[in-house]
Amino acid sequence: MSGASEIIRPPRLSPLNQRRLANFRANKRGWWSFWIFLFFFVLTLGAEFVANDRPILVMYKGELLTPAFVDYPESKFGGFLGVTNFRHKVNIDEIEANGWMLWPPIRFNHNTVDSFIAFPGANPPSWLLTREQICQRYPEGVEDSFCVPGNYHWLGTDGGGRDVLARLIHGFRISILFGLVLTVLSSVIGVVAGAMQGYFGGWVDLIAQRLIEIWTSVPSLYLLLIISSVIAPNFWVLLGILLLFSWVSLVGIVRAEFLRARNFEYVNAARALGVSNRRIMWRHLLPNAMVATLTFMPFILSGSVATLTSLDFLGFGLPVTAPSLGRLLSEGKSSLDAPWLALTGFLTVAIMMTLLVFIGEAVRDAFDPRKTFR
Amino acid sequence: MSEPLLSVRDLSVHFGANVAVDKVSFELTAGETLALVGESGSGKSITALSLLGLQPPTASVTGQVHFDGTELVGAATATLRSIRGNQVGMIFQEPMSSLNPVHTIGKQIGEVLAVHQGLRRNAARARTLDLLDAVGIPDPQGRIDDYPHQLSGGQRQRAMIAMALANEPKLLIADEPTTALDVTVQAQVLDLLKSLQQAHGMALLFITHDLSIVRHIADRVCVMTKGEMVETGATQTIFAAPAHHYTRQLLAAAPAGDPAPLPAQSANVVSTQDLKVWFPIRRGLLRRTVGHIRAVDGVDLGIRKGETLGVVGESGSGKSSLGYALLRLIPSTGRIVLLGNEVQSRSWNALRPLRKHMQIVFQDPFGSLSPRMSVGEIVGEGLKVHMPALSAQERDLKVAAALKEVGLEVATAARYPHEFSGGQRQRIAIARALVLEPDFLVLDEPTSALDVSIQSQIIDLLRDIQRRRQLSYLFISHDLRVVKALAHRLIVMRNGQVVEQGEAAAIFADPQQAYTRQLLAAAFDLAAPPNVTDDRLPPPHTTE
Repeated sequence: MSGASEIIRPPRLSPLNQRRLANFRANKRGWWSFWIFLFFFVLTLGAEFVANDRPILVMYKGELLTPAFVDYPESKFGGFLGVTNFRHKVNIDEIEANGWMLWPPIRFNHNTVDSFIAFPGANPPSWLLTREQICQRYPEGVEDSFCVPGNYHWLGTDGGGRDVLARLIHGFRISILFGLVLTVLSSVIGVVAGAMQGYFGGWVDLIAQRLIEIWTSVPSLYLLLIISSVIAPNFWVLLGILLLFSWVSLVGIVRAEFLRARNFEYVNAARALGVSNRRIMWRHLLPNAMVATLTFMPFILSGSVATLTSLDFLGFGLPVTAPSLGRLLSEGKSSLDAPWLALTGFLTVAIMMTLLVFIGEAVRDAFDPRKTFR
Repeated sequence: MSEPLLSVRDLSVHFGANVAVDKVSFELTAGETLALVGESGSGKSITALSLLGLQPPTASVTGQVHFDGTELVGAATATLRSIRGNQVGMIFQEPMSSLNPVHTIGKQIGEVLAVHQGLRRNAARARTLDLLDAVGIPDPQGRIDDYPHQLSGGQRQRAMIAMALANEPKLLIADEPTTALDVTVQAQVLDLLKSLQQAHGMALLFITHDLSIVRHIADRVCVMTKGEMVETGATQTIFAAPAHHYTRQLLAAAPAGDPAPLPAQSANVVSTQDLKVWFPIRRGLLRRTVGHIRAVDGVDLGIRKGETLGVVGESGSGKSSLGYALLRLIPSTGRIVLLGNEVQSRSWNALRPLRKHMQIVFQDPFGSLSPRMSVGEIVGEGLKVHMPALSAQERDLKVAAALKEVGLEVATAARYPHEFSGGQRQRIAIARALVLEPDFLVLDEPTSALDVSIQSQIIDLLRDIQRRRQLSYLFISHDLRVVKALAHRLIVMRNGQVVEQGEAAAIFADPQQAYTRQLLAAAFDLAAPPNVTDDRLPPPHTTE
């Protein structure tokens, strides 16, 4: 019994996909961009372990605590506030006296206001200052046990005394996650809508096409401004509003692929076998359309990130407390005496976009049939 | 023997490390016809193209080609250009894609005259009219301003010939000029080529895979396989006493044999009454239906157990539409009964259980297999639909049995369609249909995309399966020789209607209708029908 199965089951990855993977790897620029991007993405996914105003682990009186995940009331450490401020000297001394704590490499959250910053207003990156300058506001100066590299501002602070590097790490994560979720959701909706139109054709296609034409002629930016002035935008509200307009971008190509492929002989053969419409669309037609879809996805992703950044820059995006690259840029624009703000924001966005475009080009070339069969 | 017009010595064409043509030599004198014969991939077309430096840019050509005192291999582009279309004319297989769809045929022929002879407006137009008349296009005055899509396939090929002849070339190269045409039109075009050759004293290099054409038209034959020329000689000699075993194989490959013996009287497996496929013609802003194209117009048929019904007809006769309508792949009206079950009145879902009993094999073995599924998945797909209770192992066993039945190894199941040749792919398509153990199979031109030697293998396989399983076939083909080898009964279709039907042997021996006689004469003797003007666009038979 198992003998026949072993012969009949093909290897996991079809030869076509193996060739695509090989092509993707052969594009060195795209391959390296992919790994660099993945590194940043994984790193910032764990932003709480990289930049946080709470320790990752605390050992207090024989009990192991995880403040990165759990809010502990200060009463646990002998205080009276609802939530423990682990950056407060009293708490630190109390914990260190009864155990130890493990800090992340950057001891600031994206919203943490550093009360010991060297100068009023925006502070330059720590590597432009001497240790004396950095520690000058700490009670014991250079000798202070609190003036350690974890409390340095490697990329300076903004005007409100918040660490730029921490904001960058958290902002990168929210940008990419927002872009990914928006890309996946709009692709799913766009593929389903395009597939329906292309496969069934006729009146379904005609009416849906006209509706999409009307829909795309709605000025989305103004609608966005109006809606965000009525509802306070948060991550999901903003995602929903952008999704309303972004799903149409894929409908055209998916529809064209389905329209082209629905009369292929192997589709007719499947119909003659009695395969259901849904299964034909899934098994036989979708793989055709996925090439076009996957080719577009990295570009839709970078487009989504750019949209979020520009909305934040204009002040119509995520709430003020959220970390955001757009707001970093707009602060950089308004405080030209602190060039590290604008430079950091610009370089981050530029590098992120470049990586995404390089990956997109490599994916596009890997799926290009002319390249594949050369 | 006079000085040869074209002499080719040791012509080789390489694509990188691949040898497409290997040291081919032949000669051609004025007024002579040489046929280059071979199956697909034998390098016959690339040989012809490289004579005039028209090979793809990635190919490298070595050897010598002397044409009328000029060496053509390695000649300057300007020299080649002055010879192409001027002293050497070319005709290609596909007349639709060889003509530019946005220019009238008069303009396209006039362009050739302007480039090589410098003829201007009126002179060019007068000459074009002469040429169109010479190639037998009826009413040249009315046709000269037509666009290619307004002409029928045969007329397009005639226009191409007019273009190739415009400058009275000394050599005409015809690359499969009749492959895309119907048999009656093919016979007309061959006759035309032959008479034009005699009138102008041209040399004709004729490239084809079809041996019956060769016997009809060529003085001498060169047989090619895998880039090598294996045999060359006078047509009579080669057909009478082939020396090389490949030539013998090719000559023996023509589909032969008789249909499998019919079982004793049995009930109809499938039958139709007044089956109609009408496509509406919609015009105007509101897309009102103003008429119908009657693809299939009132066909009654019945196929018994173990019987093959052949459906023959030229392109546009509605024979494929008939097959699709039987399987409800296109909408139709009229009764269809399969094994006592009404097919027409059922909903799509209610029809599904019946689909197990009727299957189809398509013409194009490259288009009918999904390139992204393994052979095992392709063959097993129907089992998932119709026998969902089967376990994966049971399904694999059935797939393996079906592959063995069509003569493929079980290991092919793990591979993908692109790894197989046309004949093997067609076997896979047959396995996909057989795995459901159907009672009735529609075979839509299953052999026409294949080489002759493969054709007869597939025919043998189909006959074998029929004998074993008592299957009923609806065998659709334009190739009467193939039909003769397989069909018990025959219907001849024209413009959606059945012109003649009856026992196949009787029809082949003594056709009753004039149209059937024409078809048979064109197919077996390559005789052109008497009325040459008949090859006009079929009238759009519409109802008001």
